[in-house]
Amino acid sequence: MAAPAEEAAGSGSGSPSSARRRLSIISGHLRGSPWAPGREGPSPSPCKAWGAPAGPASGSIPKKRQELLKWNGWGYNDSKFIFNKKGQAEFTGRRYRLGGMVLPTFKEWIEKTFGASLEHKSTSRASLNVNDVPPSIISEEFLQDLIATKISYSQDAEDRVFRAHGHCLHEIFALREGIFRRIPDIVVWPVCHEDVVKIVELACKHSLCIIPFGGGTSVSSALECPEEEKRTIVSLDTSQMNRILWIDEKNLTACVEAGIVGQDLEKQLAESGFCTGHEPDSMEFSSLGGWVATRASGMKKNIYGNIEDLVIHIKMVTPRGIVEKNCQVPRMSTGPDIHHFIMGSEGTLGVVTEVTIKIRPVPEYQKYGSVVFPNFERGVACLREVAKQRCAPASIRLVDNAQFQFGHALKPQVASIFTSFLDGLKKFYITKFKGFDPNILCVATLLFEGDREKVLQHEKQVYDIATKFGGLAAGEDNGQRGYMLTFVIAYLRDLGLDYYVIGESFETSVPWDRVLDLCRNVKERIVRECKEKGVQFAPFSTCRVTQTYDAGACVYFYFAFNYRGISDPIHVYEQIERAAREEILANGGSLSHHHGVGKLRKRWMKESISDVGLGMLRSVKEYVDPNNIFGNKNLL
Amino acid sequence: MAAAAAAAAAAGRARRGAPMYSKELMSKKRDEFEDILEERRVSSDLRYAMKCYAPVIYKGLSPCKPNAIKSAVLQSEQVQYVIKQLAKETGESPDIIQEEAMEILDEMGHSMQLGAVRFFAFTLSKIFKRLFQRVCVNEEGMQRLQQAIQEHPVVLLPSHRSYIDFLMLSYLLYTYDLALPVIAAGIDFLGMKIVGELLRRAGAFFMRRSFGGNRLYWAVFAEYVKTMLRNGYAPIEFFLEGTRSRTAKTLTPKFGLLSIVMEPFFKREVFDTYLVPISISYERILEESLYAYELLGVPKPKESTSGLLKARRILSDNFGTIHIYVGQPVSLRTLASGRINRCPYNLVPRHLPQKPSDDIQEFVSDVAYKMELLQIENMVLRPWVLVAAVLLQNLPAVDFELLIEKTLWLKGLTQTFGGFIEWPDNLCAKKAITSGLALHSNIARLVDGHVVLNDKGTEDGAVGEIIFKRALAVLMCGTYRNQLLNVFVRPSLVVVALQMTRSFRKEEVYSCFSFLRDVFSDEFIFFPGISLKDFEEGCFLLTKCGAIQTTQQEIYPTDKGSVVISFLSAMFRPFMEGYQLIFRYLSKEAKETFTEKQFISGVRNFVFQLLEKGNTQCYEALSSDIQKNALAALVQLGAVKKKKMTNGFTYSINQEAVNKILDMFDSRIPVQKPVAARL
Repeated sequence: MAAPAEEAAGSGSGSPSSARRRLSIISGHLRGSPWAPGREGPSPSPCKAWGAPAGPASGSIPKKRQELLKWNGWGYNDSKFIFNKKGQAEFTGRRYRLGGMVLPTFKEWIEKTFGASLEHKSTSRASLNVNDVPPSIISEEFLQDLIATKISYSQDAEDRVFRAHGHCLHEIFALREGIFRRIPDIVVWPVCHEDVVKIVELACKHSLCIIPFGGGTSVSSALECPEEEKRTIVSLDTSQMNRILWIDEKNLTACVEAGIVGQDLEKQLAESGFCTGHEPDSMEFSSLGGWVATRASGMKKNIYGNIEDLVIHIKMVTPRGIVEKNCQVPRMSTGPDIHHFIMGSEGTLGVVTEVTIKIRPVPEYQKYGSVVFPNFERGVACLREVAKQRCAPASIRLVDNAQFQFGHALKPQVASIFTSFLDGLKKFYITKFKGFDPNILCVATLLFEGDREKVLQHEKQVYDIATKFGGLAAGEDNGQRGYMLTFVIAYLRDLGLDYYVIGESFETSVPWDRVLDLCRNVKERIVRECKEKGVQFAPFSTCRVTQTYDAGACVYFYFAFNYRGISDPIHVYEQIERAAREEILANGGSLSHHHGVGKLRKRWMKESISDVGLGMLRSVKEYVDPNNIFGNKNLL
Repeated sequence: MAAAAAAAAAAGRARRGAPMYSKELMSKKRDEFEDILEERRVSSDLRYAMKCYAPVIYKGLSPCKPNAIKSAVLQSEQVQYVIKQLAKETGESPDIIQEEAMEILDEMGHSMQLGAVRFFAFTLSKIFKRLFQRVCVNEEGMQRLQQAIQEHPVVLLPSHRSYIDFLMLSYLLYTYDLALPVIAAGIDFLGMKIVGELLRRAGAFFMRRSFGGNRLYWAVFAEYVKTMLRNGYAPIEFFLEGTRSRTAKTLTPKFGLLSIVMEPFFKREVFDTYLVPISISYERILEESLYAYELLGVPKPKESTSGLLKARRILSDNFGTIHIYVGQPVSLRTLASGRINRCPYNLVPRHLPQKPSDDIQEFVSDVAYKMELLQIENMVLRPWVLVAAVLLQNLPAVDFELLIEKTLWLKGLTQTFGGFIEWPDNLCAKKAITSGLALHSNIARLVDGHVVLNDKGTEDGAVGEIIFKRALAVLMCGTYRNQLLNVFVRPSLVVVALQMTRSFRKEEVYSCFSFLRDVFSDEFIFFPGISLKDFEEGCFLLTKCGAIQTTQQEIYPTDKGSVVISFLSAMFRPFMEGYQLIFRYLSKEAKETFTEKQFISGVRNFVFQLLEKGNTQCYEALSSDIQKNALAALVQLGAVKKKKMTNGFTYSINQEAVNKILDMFDSRIPVQKPVAARL
């Protein structure tokens, strides 16, 4: 797969190596991902789809997810932050660019930032205690019917626990130290649209509850089983519906089964020279159906658009039947767009099975970049100007000072004296010559994509604007490292958890004129709440502006603290996160830009969309799913 | 009734930020005082004025030149928006309006200069040392303030009894090396040529007394204040009471400035704002006689520099001790938590002028009252205040020994009610009272073992002259008694209600209490909407001092409580009688419609005649303060209608309603409070 992509990247002489490395982040996941067929149940019956390969394609994620992925943390089993024998931080594995590298200053940063000490470890249980897992309760009649459909299924405790959660802090914490009170009773693996139809029919017949499961990367408690659910809960894992059914080069669209995860989609499209360009930070694991169900947003939305801009056609199986449009057109005026009932429905209405999505030729050239600003205010002003001139690169992100320092702490050991000399020189130039205060300055990272000519032209335009706001170009390498960190940062929480540090990220969208106030106030609120709740060491509370729009921006917060001395850290954490969300809303920010509502943010829905708005959504739910088969209780 | 009371209680609870009352207050420990003049008396004033002055500032922000602030205000979206709007509406060119805005800014803006500050530091040291024996400050309060200034923008809310207030406060902040506040002062100061300019350079900015109609002025002014606040250049200082209280009784708050300074928080332009209540109490008020004249209708001299120079002779006088209590900074964020619907601020661009919603207005009003109650709570009461209260109940003369005994008794009662008495160090009651008499020899003196008011002077004058002199003395003495009233008002109104209803049924007493509370809502400071809580508070305090006993349904005065009860009701009698006279005037003598001026001179003549005939002894009814408050109360109760005319307001009486209120006051009909009906 990687061949054409790398070729394309290679043709850009500007920074062929960095572009290749960037792609290798994605292609790195390809290696060594065996597809393990389900042990239980009969082998899947091949689904017939015109022009598509028979049987499920082997995706990156196996049915037995635990064979490849951590059961109690983020990502791949082989990839994690550790402290090596010398006490230095290191990232293991070969999947990421950071893999196998030593991070010499990271330990000091952790100790300084969190007051954490390597001597105080809080270790997770080594493995899942199967005896703790709630038993699977299933009626014999349903099981017989299910077996008759020949759809693969499992009642295995591990399989069920793996699908009982997303990646909220409290969920991971529960895995490490406790257990969920309610988990799915059975996992089923449909391999095609027809399988899903059969499962939904069975669910209606036997009065079951279905919770669709895609990539399992939810951070809104959307996958948590409602504790009071008495019916059998069926976890419908879409991961085996992962084929590209067809590619239409004339219209630049592709019809794809909804279970495909982001990296496989890009990989397989790249084989034909195409991409979707949709790259949420979770793209290694999250699925197309999940993107649709949560109204996802991708890093490169400035070029490719968010999911709502990308989707041309959706097929969804509901208890009422199948909902879809009659044609695949760019736009239609036929009343409110039914796609918008589906996008963001968070699994409450049905299962998205097939999606026709826009595709683009793989870009000829990619180039990273970065700009240092004397302070966050100037940086935001620059991003606003870039948005105003509608010349935002594929991605433009602005991190605040705390996050800049954090990124700095994750710098690997430099290979040569020359590099370290250069680094020193750069630092001298910026701080001494240009007078930037290293404790105030902030950094924007950039990613340009497209024709080589245009990229270079575009780059100049953006840097010219940056100069007007006191920005200094700070090199491709810094930019690239910034984006690489996006993928590994999720692994850091697991390290933190080992040393009494808990944390999470959350996001919002906000009008331009309120960005600065919102960032400052939310960070301050977090610090203050921590103090009030008895958190001994000042928390790590930081933000970045990750997307620009005409009318506003998307802001991402990271927040972590050392919980030693606190008896119920998760409760304290949740109180603080809730306060932070209150603060966001009071500052004119939204409930969510792309993470969704799930069960975590339900309490603010009424305030967010008004009583009538909520009623509109409820009435759709009542019509589509009167018996609440899709009973994950998200959103409403 | 029970259900209604419960509902009222619930309403009271729902109103967050309602004041905490004495149950909590009793245990509250107040800070110690330090005399800041002590050091001034032993070291060089010049060196003090030239000392290194490097105040801490808000989160390390570098101070900004006044002119830069002015241009920031002028260029702000808010002001530019209003300029454009006005240009569109009037057809005037925006440039001309911009000029106008610039002029307003120049008239208003402060231009703080260190030189002027040092000049003030020097002269004020000299002046204060001559005028006052001691200037006492709670140092812990100053430390808290210093902390607060670094954390969030700070708004200083001092009580206002004298022009000395803001001079003293700036002086104090300078002494403690804190950022000098910018002060919203009335524009009439600008009439004082040199002093006005000096004040401006010391950090005062000026607002016109009324600018409701002038949108440009409002926009420029509001933006100026908010710019100062948002950037944390300096603490903002203004007086909630709006003007100096001529009676030493806290005036009901004004909301305009308060809502301006709260807005940056509502719009989340700042994370929080600290409101700092400051209580400044004077043992003897500089303007005491001026106030008394003014209340009796002798017009107040316009502020002028020559007037100030004439006032120089007061420099030879002694004005005792000043106590400044800097209260705990109150976080606006904490007060607002859960109370503000954020929607209105999220849906409109923040620079557009927006009429505050009802719940914001209610909130601003609650905060204003809360701050005033905090001021009252920490207002120092000197022995003379107690003496004045006793003396006024024992006119024309009281035996000195009896006075001492009664004063001591009142001291105990005041403390029970949560009053903040500061007794001069180690002085026995006799000495303390003697020194109080010495300080206030213009008001009362000791004659043949009796203390009498200084109301004679013109024995042989006309009857009118005698009455005027006497009224002057009573009002001046009243100024000191008044300092007790807000501490005593809740239990006292329970007592008055008990006597008025001639019933022991709690329900009826409460109904009457609630009626009185409404009638006196402009006279005393009540937190809005918590009538029941106030009533319970009053009952609690009376029970605590053994004056009453309560059961589920009833309230009984105890035998030994009769002293307390008669004292309390006598203390508030001038107000009961004063209002009664005013109501009677309105029901019998007043025209259908009148202006405030006509009303005041009408009441004054009416009361004067009664005093001449000896039909009343209520000299305080001559005070324009009571008269205005009574009128305002009637407007609120709907018995008088207030109408805006081209040249000010006119009032028209609802005769029936006024008669009804009068009848209730005369206890001819049982109180059937409109509020009770609402309950």
